[in-house]
Amino acid sequence: MTETLPVQEAPKRGVPLWAQIVVWTGLVVLLAVVALGLRRAQQGTVQPGEVIPDFSLTLFDGYEFEGKEKVNFSELRGKVVVINFWASWCKPCEQEAADLEAAWRYYQPTGEVVFIGIDYVDTEPEARGYLTKFDITYPNGPDLATRISQFFRIKGVPETYFIDRNGVLQYIQVGPFSNETQIRQQVDKLLNQ
Amino acid sequence: MKRLTFLFFFVLVLALAVGMPASAQSPNPTPSDDEVNAIARDMYCPVCENTPLDVCPTQACIQWRELIRLKLSEGWTEAQIKQYFVDQYGARVLSAPPAQGFSVLIYIVPPIVLALGVFIVLRAFRSMHKPLESSARETPPATTPDNDYLRRVEEELQKRD
Repeated sequence: MTETLPVQEAPKRGVPLWAQIVVWTGLVVLLAVVALGLRRAQQGTVQPGEVIPDFSLTLFDGYEFEGKEKVNFSELRGKVVVINFWASWCKPCEQEAADLEAAWRYYQPTGEVVFIGIDYVDTEPEARGYLTKFDITYPNGPDLATRISQFFRIKGVPETYFIDRNGVLQYIQVGPFSNETQIRQQVDKLLNQ
Repeated sequence: MKRLTFLFFFVLVLALAVGMPASAQSPNPTPSDDEVNAIARDMYCPVCENTPLDVCPTQACIQWRELIRLKLSEGWTEAQIKQYFVDQYGARVLSAPPAQGFSVLIYIVPPIVLALGVFIVLRAFRSMHKPLESSARETPPATTPDNDYLRRVEEELQKRD
């Protein structure tokens, strides 16, 4: 004689479905953010061949470009642009300061080349002292809120970017130039393109 | 009376003469290192990441501290100085980013994640305890089929005796 017992279904317990979805979605988003951050950190500076989008630089008092206190990169199309990131606390920057100024004075009369100095994470009194010390005359301004350096993803100073007439980055010099000829070689290449 | 008036003015002039050098001094004497570091410890220089400004030995950070000293001597408040640095170098100079824009997430997400985690753990604990409690409460009825069978067997045995 066998009697079968009625089987009672145990009520389902555990983490509800909505909570699981929220947790997994959160985890995926977190991992995506971390992955993007790591990718960006490993990217290095902008690479040659990339088109440099527009940015504007407010110049230090006493500096101007074509009568304006602000330089808009988009207005420089048709000219070779040399962008130099520097800081007054940067000793290697001092090595190349005079060479950059000499190169600028060489090309300035042609009107085909523009040099721009971007002062990175600096204090204004010391930056002004640096500009006076090396008698730098090409347009210079502070990188307010480090927006421009973040776009270029600079790894330090000095770094110099050579951009052709079409706004395309062609060459990056990481570290100081050893002489003026080195600078002029890069500019001449772009002028002859 | 004249003497009294003269004495009064003499004392007044003397008091002013004594008081003048003190008031002629700068209203904000050179701020001390402690005053500068009280602000600098909440800030980070982008050049030397992960090193608070008050202890960072690089030239850039020394210049930043001197700038804080200069601003303090000019009568700027801590909030004004921090805002100046944010305007110049970006919000990343602050150890605690302002609750604006994307940075708001820093203040919202962790508490939500923590609350969610506590909720899930509590729920998991509750579900682990329930079966024990329910089994303790649900005592088997006196007459289950097995018991009934045993009772009948015992009755049969007694009859045989």
